Amino acid sequence: MLVYILRRLVAAFFILIGASFIVYILLTYAGDPLEFTRAIGNPTQRAAAQRSVNEALNLDTPRVVRYLLWLQDLIFSLDARERFGLSARTQLPVWDDLTGRMLMTLKLVSAATFASIFIGVSVGIVSALRQYSGFDYLVTFVTFVFFSVPVFWVAVILKSWGGINFNDWLRDGAHFSVEFIVAAAVLAAVVGYSIAGGRVPRKLLFGVGAAAGLAGLLAWMSSVGWMLNPGVGPIVFALIAIGIAVAVTAVMAGWRNVKARNSALTAAVVGIALYYPLQGVLDGDLSVWRVLGLGLVSALVGVVIGYAWGGYDKGQSARTAAIVALLCSVVVFVDRAMQSWAEYSASPVIRNRPIKTIGDRENRLEGSFWVITDNTFSHLILPTMALMLISLASYTRYSRASMLEVLNQDYIRTARAKGLTERTVVVRHGFRNAMIPLATIVAFDIGGILGGAVVTETVFEWNAMGSMFIEGLRNNDPNPVMAFFVVIATFAIVFNLIADIVYAVLDPRIRIGA
Amino acid sequence: MTLIETPEHTPGTTPIGDETTAEQQEVVGLSQSQIVRRRFIRHKGAMISLFVLFGVVVLAATSIGWGPIPGWWRWDYTTLVPPTDIQKPTLSIRPSWLGGDGLRWGEHPFGLDNQNGKDMFAMTMRGVQTSLTVIVVLGVMATVIGVVIGSLSGYYGKWTDAVLMRFTDVILVIPLLIITAVAGFALGFSGIWPVAIALGLFTWTGLARLVRAEFLALREREFVDAARVANAPDRRIIFKHILPNTVGTIVVSTTLLMGGGILTEAALGFLGFGVRPPEVSLGTLVNAYQGAYSTRPYLFLWPGVFVIVIVLCLQFIGDGLRDAFDPRQKRIPKRKDLERDADQQRIRAEAAEDDISVRSPTIGGTGP
Repeated sequence: MLVYILRRLVAAFFILIGASFIVYILLTYAGDPLEFTRAIGNPTQRAAAQRSVNEALNLDTPRVVRYLLWLQDLIFSLDARERFGLSARTQLPVWDDLTGRMLMTLKLVSAATFASIFIGVSVGIVSALRQYSGFDYLVTFVTFVFFSVPVFWVAVILKSWGGINFNDWLRDGAHFSVEFIVAAAVLAAVVGYSIAGGRVPRKLLFGVGAAAGLAGLLAWMSSVGWMLNPGVGPIVFALIAIGIAVAVTAVMAGWRNVKARNSALTAAVVGIALYYPLQGVLDGDLSVWRVLGLGLVSALVGVVIGYAWGGYDKGQSARTAAIVALLCSVVVFVDRAMQSWAEYSASPVIRNRPIKTIGDRENRLEGSFWVITDNTFSHLILPTMALMLISLASYTRYSRASMLEVLNQDYIRTARAKGLTERTVVVRHGFRNAMIPLATIVAFDIGGILGGAVVTETVFEWNAMGSMFIEGLRNNDPNPVMAFFVVIATFAIVFNLIADIVYAVLDPRIRIGA
Repeated sequence: MTLIETPEHTPGTTPIGDETTAEQQEVVGLSQSQIVRRRFIRHKGAMISLFVLFGVVVLAATSIGWGPIPGWWRWDYTTLVPPTDIQKPTLSIRPSWLGGDGLRWGEHPFGLDNQNGKDMFAMTMRGVQTSLTVIVVLGVMATVIGVVIGSLSGYYGKWTDAVLMRFTDVILVIPLLIITAVAGFALGFSGIWPVAIALGLFTWTGLARLVRAEFLALREREFVDAARVANAPDRRIIFKHILPNTVGTIVVSTTLLMGGGILTEAALGFLGFGVRPPEVSLGTLVNAYQGAYSTRPYLFLWPGVFVIVIVLCLQFIGDGLRDAFDPRQKRIPKRKDLERDADQQRIRAEAAEDDISVRSPTIGGTGP
């Protein structure tokens, strides 16, 4: 294994050198870095600018030598700021704003990636379990459409729609139109009917129930203007917590597993009891790390509850209770952020147009942790939707195909034949094996995360990795372009390797290096 | 007289004891290409997409004219249109009894950009022509390069394979959007050709890997051994024995590549790294009019719609081709067919049982 990884790393190193050579040489043909200096009127200033660009890029040497000098800086520089050279335009080290830009891209893309993994995998699995149902056909068609839609086009539409129409809609009182409620209810009816298993009456009941539930919810939200001043409140929170406990138990352990059921319900009750005390904690001094710490604490509380109930399979009870506790704390977090929404929206900088379409935050905004959080969220929501489009489609398709493949295996028939419940067959024998190929795709995708958002970043004017590349190429400034390339290519190669290793670890049938 | 007569084979029925499935009976006596063609024609989505794509090609080629083809539309993408009062699209499909204007084509069906004096229909059609150029150039180049590299690497193995596959890895690690943007700059971009060639030069990697995998598998098969024993030269084995068996993979993957290529070209145009004015691509159109959402959304909606239609068609065609070439592919029988087959089988089984019990009680049950 170690030999295999080492061999791959050495190969990756040479691939990276080859690829950077191609890009660098093409870049030297792509434009003249001195072009901007010719516009300088004063001859002495022009000569000085040309000299400094020459020095930064070694323009007086042949192309290949220039590349080798660049490579030497990249590999052997002891000072990180020298590693990626100087920008010809600004004469500043490229390294200086590289990390900031990387963090910004990560912020933009990680939300989209995690959301699309979660939604895509769930939709794909359900679609595979209900193969050839109306839901399945709908999902298949929608994924086809999502694959065909140009990201920039959707991003432009989302930007204009979110920035203009949605904000106008909020200003006008956030009332849903009757047509919208009816359309949503019809969609809910179709999905509910197809997802429900069993005979026609049961499916009809599900469909009608889903439609009525959604229509009622939307009508209520519309009548109280919920979107203007969103929030959950203690009673709805209690209902949601119990619902989470029931759903998580049903999927993770089965409703018949008394210990797991009791652990989950205990965790939910603890969460409900802590709702008011927690509000005080959340109003205090907070940072991102402290919030993450609180989430971790809640998961640990869940684990303790699971072990306290004991029983034959303590681990399972602990897992179930931990997930319930974590989800409950997420709901508390979202609820607290929602409570500050009206305050954020009314602040003089925002002026009741909360959905933002430019950049990653409002610099002039001042306020509590929660107002800033809401501000980040309102900047992230539209680009995240645009980015999710394609990855959502691919995750749905992969997980559906993978689940179908697994469900046709002999061991699934064996599991059914020996009388296991459908839940055990699907979750334990089906789902776990279907996730093996998906794990490699996830690793592969994360590798492409930094370079994958160039277009979206451009539309929403984020000053992140993508703009470094685009501005560099437009200004004939090779060093920022090369830095962008080296970072994303390294990321891609490393995660490719991780994908292969993960596959070998998860799937005992694969033996690498043998 | 035999004890149990084999029933005459009539279409649509399943003889008793016949182990072949309905699927196998359908393809009896057909060549491989006939089977594939039949399966493809039966794929509704793919056939509809084929017609739609054909319609788009005809519309784009004849409306404003393309090379030697004369155009019937009065404006071209370069002509300056005199400003008029009506800027809104004149295209209407809503009948008059629903409050619309009836079926009407009008002066400027996709609207008019009064500031620059451009007819949006002519512009969009030019953009579609650009996308179609990309499809053709990219399809030919990616197929040729991918198949040559993949087959050499898969057939000869050893250091040929090592060198070619490392080269493929090198190209693969550079994101397509980035390498084509840089290469488009390096090739100098006055029109669509440099962009299309740049796309063609760097999209073959996935195809090469697939072809290599197919060659690795097919190389070990008996018919290749037989050809080798018969002293066939490498060239003949590659072209006559292996390559025809990889056609399915190549065709499917090229179709999907073309869709991706159009999206990449449009994205390049949008970022300003693709074609330059006065040349037009669907991406540059969206970029140019992206600020017009609240007042004149039709200016950038139509180009986007055409990208979606073309890529969606290619996706469905690719899906249909995959199903058609996949030998394991089974058609899901309709419930009606299954019930009819089951009915007939039951009737025949009962009839046969009666026959057996009357005529030969000793041998009953041993079928053919």
